Amino acid sequence: MSVDSVFVHKMWNDHELSRMVDGGVPFPMLSDGGGRVGSVYGVYDPDAGVEMRGRFIIDPDGVIQGYEVLTPPVGRNVGETIRQIQAFQHVRASKGTEATPSGWRPGKLTLKPGPGLVGKVWEVWKPSMESEENP
Amino acid sequence: MPEEIKAGCARPTGGPVGEKPVEAPPVLAGERKEAQVMIKVGAKAPDFTAPAYFKGTFVQVKLSDYLGKWVVLCFYPGDFTFV
Repeated sequence: MSVDSVFVHKMWNDHELSRMVDGGVPFPMLSDGGGRVGSVYGVYDPDAGVEMRGRFIIDPDGVIQGYEVLTPPVGRNVGETIRQIQAFQHVRASKGTEATPSGWRPGKLTLKPGPGLVGKVWEVWKPSMESEENP
Repeated sequence: MPEEIKAGCARPTGGPVGEKPVEAPPVLAGERKEAQVMIKVGAKAPDFTAPAYFKGTFVQVKLSDYLGKWVVLCFYPGDFTFV
């Protein structure tokens, strides 16, 4: 979503993005003229008249689970977004009984918060496990 | 699920739908309107409609049509902005 019109979105897709991705952009490219939606989400910069690089993860109930906002010159990390969605999906499937430690990936150790785990996380998880899990 | 819209000379628009977001307290005359409020994690994503380009067609997208699915909503400064 950006403040550009759908006509400019089409030109960008047809002339550039479809040359990076076979078949072109596979999801709707949304137009937010005037930044009205971006204002509600807190990412519209009225001085510049554009939206910042904001990314929101919204769950099946329509609840915002996470967001990230970057200034224009730095691009996002799609792999990290997917990792976060996988973690939110895992937690949701566990009905909130499990939590995913930092850098968690599917299949890796999760934590089951409770009185017995207080002060004992060091016995089962160390920061080195994150780097092992993310070579 | 998005509805197709006709491409005319009027630029299609969208915007927030449903309940109005909480208005910021009135700003005193001469005081610059500062610091828009960031929405919170764990809060409902504000619903909206927006025109979109999608695989060769122009459509009208409504966020709440995607309830039941995981959604990634990305904002960016503009088309052709390099990164």
